[in-house]
Amino acid sequence: MNWVDIGALDDIPQRGARVVKTAMGCVAVFRTRDDQVFATSDRCPHKGGPLSEGIVHGHKVTCPLHNWVFSLETGEAEGADEGQISTYSARVQDGRVYLDATELMKRSAA
Amino acid sequence: MRPRLVVIGAGMASGRALEHLFDAAPDAYDVTLFGSEPRGNYNRIMLSPVLSGEKTYEEIVTHDAEWYTEHGVTCRFGETVTRIDRDRKIVVTAKGETSYDKLIVATGSAPFIIPVPGKDLPGVMAYRDLDDVHKMLDAAEKPNPKAVVIGGGLLGLEAAAGLQMRGMKVTVLHLMGHLMERQLDPAAGYLLRKELEGRGIRVHCEAATKAILGEEKVEAVLLEDGTVYDADIVVMAAGIRPETRIATDAELEVERGIVVNDQMVTSDPDILAFGECVQHEGIVYGLVAPLYEMAKVAAKTLQGEDAAYRGSQTSTKLKVTGVDLFSAGDFADGDDRDEIVFRDPSRGVYKRLVLKENRLIGAVMYGDTQDGSWFFGLQKDGTDVAEMRDTLIFGPAFQGGASVDPMAAVAALPDEAEICGCNGVCKGQIVQAIQDGATDLGAMRAVTKASGSCGTCTGLVEQVLAVTLGDDFVLPTAQPVCGCTDLTHEDVRRLIKSQELKSMPAVMQELDWKTSCGCHVCRPALNFYLLADWPAEYRDDPQSRFVNERNHANIQKDGTYSVVPRMWGGLTNPRELRAIADAADKYNVPTVKVTGGQRIDLLGVKKEDLPRMWADLNAAGLVSGHAYSKGLRTVKTCVGKEHCRFGTQDSTGLGVKLEKRLWGSWTPHKVKLAVSGCPRNCAEATCKDVGIVCVDSGYEVSVGGAAGMDLKETEALAKVTSEQEAIDVTVAFVQLFRENAKYLDRPYKWLAKVGLDWVKARVVDDLAERQMLIERFDLSQSIYQKDPWAERANADAQHAMAPLANLTLEAAE
Repeated sequence: MNWVDIGALDDIPQRGARVVKTAMGCVAVFRTRDDQVFATSDRCPHKGGPLSEGIVHGHKVTCPLHNWVFSLETGEAEGADEGQISTYSARVQDGRVYLDATELMKRSAA
Repeated sequence: MRPRLVVIGAGMASGRALEHLFDAAPDAYDVTLFGSEPRGNYNRIMLSPVLSGEKTYEEIVTHDAEWYTEHGVTCRFGETVTRIDRDRKIVVTAKGETSYDKLIVATGSAPFIIPVPGKDLPGVMAYRDLDDVHKMLDAAEKPNPKAVVIGGGLLGLEAAAGLQMRGMKVTVLHLMGHLMERQLDPAAGYLLRKELEGRGIRVHCEAATKAILGEEKVEAVLLEDGTVYDADIVVMAAGIRPETRIATDAELEVERGIVVNDQMVTSDPDILAFGECVQHEGIVYGLVAPLYEMAKVAAKTLQGEDAAYRGSQTSTKLKVTGVDLFSAGDFADGDDRDEIVFRDPSRGVYKRLVLKENRLIGAVMYGDTQDGSWFFGLQKDGTDVAEMRDTLIFGPAFQGGASVDPMAAVAALPDEAEICGCNGVCKGQIVQAIQDGATDLGAMRAVTKASGSCGTCTGLVEQVLAVTLGDDFVLPTAQPVCGCTDLTHEDVRRLIKSQELKSMPAVMQELDWKTSCGCHVCRPALNFYLLADWPAEYRDDPQSRFVNERNHANIQKDGTYSVVPRMWGGLTNPRELRAIADAADKYNVPTVKVTGGQRIDLLGVKKEDLPRMWADLNAAGLVSGHAYSKGLRTVKTCVGKEHCRFGTQDSTGLGVKLEKRLWGSWTPHKVKLAVSGCPRNCAEATCKDVGIVCVDSGYEVSVGGAAGMDLKETEALAKVTSEQEAIDVTVAFVQLFRENAKYLDRPYKWLAKVGLDWVKARVVDDLAERQMLIERFDLSQSIYQKDPWAERANADAQHAMAPLANLTLEAAE
């Protein structure tokens, strides 16, 4: 594990998201209403919609392009749709958000 | 000269009888109608939804003054008949005498006021007419209002539930051991009590009222057992009595009610009576179905035709939202009776059938009343149920090996099965009406009245339509907003207003949302409803907006955005064009396009460039065109009389004025306008949400056009002479749309639901209402008419739109 501080929790709106740039494209970092953070790939497997721009509800996000809904916890598409987004470890400590850089590097290697 | 028919009582019974009469013989009589209430006829059984805020008075009107006028009836509303002189064949009011050849007494019933000390104190009221409802609503507006309802019957409980929904602390006092004891057995009464108490309504059974206490007005109610309940109002709902005074004075035969024969004729052959004021075969009815059956017979009698009323069997439903309750017939215990009982405590379902000699004589259902009308049919027909006894309680779906499919159950119903209890419409009549061309619910209501009264059989009527029409019938969309709630958009809008819910958590809490923070379907809708209804109190929630509205630009398929500056009425100038060209260069815009609404679209902009681009365009005086919003988009124009040889008015100028007035307003869906300078209609105004066509004599305002998913021409709303009036009508229309439509319905869809006449009445005919709509619109604009670009073209926004962090280096290590 190689936790990297990527910013303050308050820089992400509640029920919203920000992106973090990586060598292999953007990772979306979500903050839910209960102040948990989740990191996933930012691309919807359907047509590549930016998930960070979707509406966040519960621990789910709805893609802004065609309303596919994904679980932020498992990355699985919900309902009738089939698909999977990658999820990454994220945590909050003392008001700061951390992602695991090792894991993100594996992503770029894969 | 035509014979003169005088009608005393402008209620549901006489309204229905006149309807039948005019349908069959429009010119048979010269009709004069007297009604004590200062208004036309409304559906009295729907007062409870008005009280609770789920319906408005306008929605329950069945015959307004216009209807009576159209049918040539002389209306004397607010004028009470004090005497009938049978010898001279006249009726007497304070204003004089009116003679008749035939007379109808349809005086209905009066609430029973229990004779206790204090019953005349201000604040003690009955629950009978619209004035009573208004008094209750006034009381509900005071701080911490408390109400005591005396009577735990149908009426009392509807009043209690309505008052509770209006925010009052309600106590129900009931003399008997359980609620609605005439319709329910103790077990169903218990479930009902539990449900009401769960909503915070206090229920006190075996409560004998001793006195109503208070000095100048009601303060409390004292019971025989010494209990005292504080009260700002006391609603007496302890029963009704036939209103027979005028008949008694005229020496007609009166017992408990005015005595009538099978033809609805009283002891005087020229006087008919029907409804709640009469007694037929020793029975007095207090429900709507028998009253309608009587009205039908009375209309025949008036035409000199043979018809006979043979009495009614009645069933009851309680009109309290969320309470499913059905009761019909006799369910008392007895040695000669068997009963079948089904209980499912976890679902709160209870059903009990009472059988006598293998025939159903009574049914009580709580929690699941779907099969009520089927049981009622068995009961009315005296069907021998011996064969299906084992599975009887599971309803029609389980009989004869049929599947559990409700459609199959409806298909299996015989033609005589009653579908609409209020109006006595059976399946055969509905099927006949379908074959005659009534293929949707609205037409069905117009032709047969089925489901047009209390509405609880709407689902059943739709099922009959679906079964009969097969694939040609599409079930109408009275669907819940989304999976987070069982309420429809319309329900939610009404409840937000009536319960004064002013924040999203309040809505979700009070309306029992099933999810913790909604979903992408309900949140944008709620955000709009709250913002439209409470512009001053509600704070917009960006996280409940679709990405376009959050980022003030249209997201494209590749995740870039398109930017559209506003060009008022389609006008621009070289300076603006230069600024747009410069921005296109500076931010590497690959595509520049003119839109269908006469604006310029800059496509392919990166999100992080948006704030700086807005700042640049702002500097040249350009503001956001809201090309992304559920709000005003564009006002398309032609050049009008300024340049065009055919133009009759300054259509471009009017377009600019309209756009400046309406921009920045959020609406249920996008709104597009156009103004054409002459009927050649170069701005294509007649396929817009609001289109104005200028003509020599003024302005033709039409609404409800569409050129998207559907193609539809506008319908004329108003023709006005001044530009100001054209603007006023447009603004009022947009505000009415904002206040009433379902989120994501364009005006044409909304108009199809409410009807153009309803809109005209408010926006065109009623000037006071128009003015109020405009004022409410302007209030909202004082808060929301802001250029989002100016607000967000700053360093904070730039920061928020940029990536939170850049890990490209670390990942590359």
